[in-house]
Amino acid sequence: MQSSSEPLTVLIAEDSAADRLLLSTIVRRQGHHVLTAADGAEAVDVYLEQRPHLVLMDAMMPVMDGFEAAQKIKQLAGDQLVPIIFLTSLTESEALARCLEAGGDDFLAKPYNQVILTAKIKAMDRLRRLQATVVEQRDQIARHHDYLLNEQRVAKAVFDKIAHSGCLSAPNIRYLQSPYALFNGDLLLAAFNPAGDMHILLGDFTGHGLPAAVGAMPLAEVFYGMTAKGYGLAQILREMNAKLKRILPVDMFCCATLLCLSFQRCTVEIWNGGMPDGYLHDSLSGVRTPLPARHLPLGVLTPQLFDDRTEVHPMSLGDRVFLLSDGVIETSDRDDQPFGVERLQQVFSANREPDRLFEDIQQALLDFRGEARDDFSMVEVRLVAPTQLNPPPPVYSDSGQSSPLDWSVSFEFRAQTLKRFNPMPYLLQLLLEVHGLRAQSGALYSVMSELYSNALDHGVLGLDSSLKRDAAGFARYYRERNTRLDELSDGYVRVHLHVSPNGEGGRLAIEVEDSGEGFDVARVLARPVDSDRLSGRGVSLVRQLSHQASWSDDGRSARVEFFWEALA
Amino acid sequence: MSVVTEVSPDGHKLTISIKGRFDFGRHQEFRESYERLHKKPDSIVVDLKEATYLDSSALGMLLLLRDHAGGDQSDIRVVNSSSDVKKILAISNFDKLFDIS
Repeated sequence: MQSSSEPLTVLIAEDSAADRLLLSTIVRRQGHHVLTAADGAEAVDVYLEQRPHLVLMDAMMPVMDGFEAAQKIKQLAGDQLVPIIFLTSLTESEALARCLEAGGDDFLAKPYNQVILTAKIKAMDRLRRLQATVVEQRDQIARHHDYLLNEQRVAKAVFDKIAHSGCLSAPNIRYLQSPYALFNGDLLLAAFNPAGDMHILLGDFTGHGLPAAVGAMPLAEVFYGMTAKGYGLAQILREMNAKLKRILPVDMFCCATLLCLSFQRCTVEIWNGGMPDGYLHDSLSGVRTPLPARHLPLGVLTPQLFDDRTEVHPMSLGDRVFLLSDGVIETSDRDDQPFGVERLQQVFSANREPDRLFEDIQQALLDFRGEARDDFSMVEVRLVAPTQLNPPPPVYSDSGQSSPLDWSVSFEFRAQTLKRFNPMPYLLQLLLEVHGLRAQSGALYSVMSELYSNALDHGVLGLDSSLKRDAAGFARYYRERNTRLDELSDGYVRVHLHVSPNGEGGRLAIEVEDSGEGFDVARVLARPVDSDRLSGRGVSLVRQLSHQASWSDDGRSARVEFFWEALA
Repeated sequence: MSVVTEVSPDGHKLTISIKGRFDFGRHQEFRESYERLHKKPDSIVVDLKEATYLDSSALGMLLLLRDHAGGDQSDIRVVNSSSDVKKILAISNFDKLFDIS
């Protein structure tokens, strides 16, 4: 007779002692444990003390009737299902309905039928177990959910600090990122390099949730660390790719656009791996030049196969670069049709106020989909005069007591090195050990970078800067530069640094020599400094930012000086 | 079945066909389609004729397949891609890793 289920504790609340005995006998015979109560109040007390699994409740009892007792017990049971079966001699449907309304789950008419009672207890036990399982799972899900929410909250706080320790608040940057875009794998970073150029990265990790956000940490670390030290895009990209390839599982990668906006040279250098087209917006003509993905995402290729080639475009004051994540163009409507690039371009052409572009795009997405989405990123960065920006001064952690003040060093970088390695960040780090130079680290870095790239591009590679007189020539120049660098087999760039005390302060002389053909120094220096011309900016920049700039050996050797006063 | 596998009679060529959305929901099936084979095929064809959509986790799955098939030495063709699917593969520059048609 006993079912496979576990024995239950059954409370029998019945004022008639004879009925109590009869029921107890039947229920015990089923293998269950029996508790008894003679009225409703006692039933509630017994329930409180012993928490039976199931209650057989007489409707009519003295002190407290079954209806009231049932309500109290149900209330005490809370989420748990304690099935209550009313025992009743009532027959009018109204009275039977009252049993159920009071919280009863079923009723059993007197006189008792043993078979039916047994069946009802079993059925109620099934319900009770089902409810218990549901409650348990619900609680488990709720716990997991709380746990996840808390993890996300903590992770978001940490990532927000990482993502916002840069210069995203600079006046020439506008961005729109849904609050939890990071947990959809989007990442937006911005920072100034020592020369005052701005690096921006918009990345999009595969997948969603925490796994996608985890890769953001090492990527941000590389981005900020190397940008602050003055590394170029190629080196930063190589490092990011190698790091992600090493730590991410095979099926995870990061689509990314990395760009360097140079306010002094008025150029944007860009690398796009797997992101949707970015756009370079010419503020005068209104033309938008697409900046398409030319590369595989970061973290896919081995360091040997990784392609770090960037593209350089000229820009004018007020021109903008616009980047977006695939959340924008992959937003789909109710029929699963994507928003797409064509619709985005329609928004571009309809846009009248450039500052309201984001709002226009958002509105178009809303109209298209009918509801907002929570996983997109957009960023727009404007070329402005360097004076409009205030790059924060670098922070140094040492005391300044061990500043080296009297030394010289010479380097020769030969063809195989020139191809892949930019020594400037190392040389700058070395020079910034001299505390007196720290205040002018930006100018120092700009001048050294110019001298080095002049020596490499025009000297060793023999490129003609007049190629850069228009935008098309600009592109041709950088294509030619890549080709010649690939083919380079000999040549050198030498860098000599002399630091010496000078009164209370000091003096740095930098000489940069190259193995090239040289140039007509007198003619180049006689040219007026013309900010609209794309070519020849290097020389005028060097003359503006340093002292005693001079060229010798038919232009093959350049020399500049920096001075500093006694430190306070 | 939204991932259908067919091995050529000589066992050299494996064809994996995807039906419907190629996204994270296909992860398990897709991996099993090549991991359960006892003998590694020489070449693999991923047929996307009936694939309606492809997301970045599908790109990740293709990378897993490529890794399993020998990485840079693998021979994987992705065929019958619709123009939308082709666009996604082109943005990611996956044509540098796979023979896409």
